[in-house]
Amino acid sequence: MRRLEGKVTIVTGATMGIGRAVAKAFAAEGAWVIAADIADQDRPGDQKIETRRLDVADEEAWASLAEEVMRRYGRVDVLVNAAGVIGYEPIHELTTAQWQRVLDVDQTGVYLGMRAVLPAMRERRAGSIINLSSAWGVVGGVGVAAYNAAKGAVGSMSRNAAVTYAREGIRVNAVVPGWIRTPLTDRQPADANERVIGATPAGHGGEPEDIAAGCVYLAGDDARFVTGTELVIDGGFLAV
Amino acid sequence: MTRLTGKVAIVTGASRGIGAGIATAMAAEGATVIGCDVLGFSAPALAATEALDVTDEDAWAQVVAKVLERTGRLDVLVNNAGITSPESVHESRLEEWRRVVSVNQTGVFFGMRAAIPAMEAGGGGAIINISSICGAAAVPGIAAYHAAKGAVRTMTKNAAITYARQGIRANAILPGWIQTPMTAGQSADVNDRFLDATPLGRPGTPSDVAGAAVFLASDESAFITGVDLPVDGGYLAA
Ligand SMILES: NC(=O)c1ccc[n+]([C@@H]2O[C@H](COP(=O)([O-])OP(=O)(O)OC[C@H]3O[C@@H](n4cnc5c(N)ncnc54)[C@H](O)[C@@H]3O)[C@@H](O)[C@H]2O)c1
Ligand SMILES: NC(=O)c1ccc[n+]([C@@H]2O[C@H](COP(=O)([O-])OP(=O)(O)OC[C@H]3O[C@@H](n4cnc5c(N)ncnc54)[C@H](O)[C@@H]3O)[C@@H](O)[C@H]2O)c1
Repeated sequence: MRRLEGKVTIVTGATMGIGRAVAKAFAAEGAWVIAADIADQDRPGDQKIETRRLDVADEEAWASLAEEVMRRYGRVDVLVNAAGVIGYEPIHELTTAQWQRVLDVDQTGVYLGMRAVLPAMRERRAGSIINLSSAWGVVGGVGVAAYNAAKGAVGSMSRNAAVTYAREGIRVNAVVPGWIRTPLTDRQPADANERVIGATPAGHGGEPEDIAAGCVYLAGDDARFVTGTELVIDGGFLAV
Repeated sequence: MTRLTGKVAIVTGASRGIGAGIATAMAAEGATVIGCDVLGFSAPALAATEALDVTDEDAWAQVVAKVLERTGRLDVLVNNAGITSPESVHESRLEEWRRVVSVNQTGVFFGMRAAIPAMEAGGGGAIINISSICGAAAVPGIAAYHAAKGAVRTMTKNAAITYARQGIRANAILPGWIQTPMTAGQSADVNDRFLDATPLGRPGTPSDVAGAAVFLASDESAFITGVDLPVDGGYLAA
């Protein structure tokens, strides 16, 4: 039995990494997936996935995407905000422009995404929103000042939206990945990756599919009583 | 009353409310306090007051330069200035969202960025960022405020571990419902909801928060960094 049969889902950051794995896992569970990304995407080769160009920091682009999805499907059941960028600078080296860029995508982008789909979800009194936070949304990392700030905001924004819209049947949760093998972590220096993996009790990093599985759970009816929480998928990193 | 003798402290949002409480308490403990606010004000107990909009990065550089010129050091920074806005996600405007984030979150970044080199040069320092119970738990509405206060908690932990070896400590205070002009401006409904959920059964006062700030600024807390200290009458424990 497929767990997300017919659910209309918008996934951001779907070109690669975690967002791409989420899009595939959702389609395999029967969802209709609108895979949105600022970067070009391959043809998905899956008729349940259609791709769209979206800069999550652009409020007008969000409005037109939501409008198009409503016109074509008449509903939005699930939003997965997976688009993200990282910056490594510590505070004393961080320029205001670098700070702003990370906040625009990782924080304002999540706000704009939620705002764009809420009217549709409120109308049907149903919906599930899943925001990608990070272990750096819970504890501090060395450097990564803007990323740390934005991911902390995502955790508390998710709780806020959860309690604000709980009576309207809309659930909002954050997923907190530890170290996951994606183009994002591939670009990091090997010693930085080794340090985080070394601090992971499981002894290895995770795969995008590990995060996608958590998102499938949160999107589906198995999680009908789950809202305002953070689902940690990190090989034990935060438990020590 | 000498727990902060010899320390130079900048307190933002010091003209009233929690910031005024912290600035006067620190001065009473012997600190040289520079109270900053976007509103003009005078406070005889403080060493100086400065006009500062925390969202203005150049103004931050000037204030820190002035403090260094006058006292030669900077030991304590309290990022307290803050604003709120009632809007929920679905009804909020991007401009209003940006306004709250720029004061409550970017203002804290600018403050830390301006102060850290001076603290490092002086061998260390204490940063105290005022987050909120809304950075840890949620109430309906005030969406941008939640985002920014959550960011302040992780930004504080980030600064704590990034600058620990430079002798700089960074901690967050999470006030619960405190009687100030900010809460006086909120609807009675919202205020009642907070009070009902406060186990101690009374509102907090600026001096309740100031007690925590003095502790975190002083050498009594020399081994404390990267923590959240709720001053909330038990709100988060319930
Ligand atoms: N990989 C990890 O270890 C890890 C850990 C914790 C959290 N995360 C979070 O998970 C999410 C996905 O990360 P990932 O590792 O797959 O990253 P990635 O870099 O591999 O992929 C991110 C995707 O987001 C897209 N994107 C970037 N900016 C965008 C914008 N403005 N609008 C639309 N799309 C945009 C990129 O084009 C890319 O396809 C991010 O939010 C990231 O912060 C990742
Ligand atoms: N009162 C509460 O219940 C409560 C609870 C949790 C957290 N807080 C936080 O405590 C801090 C102080 O709150 P308060 O209740 O004393 O508020 P308040 O409104 O009474 O005082 C805030 C002060 O900050 C100043 N300010 C505002 N914008 C500024 C800017 N751009 N630059 C410089 N100064 C600026 C104001 O002029 C004012 O003097 C805020 O960060 C607030 O979010 C308050």
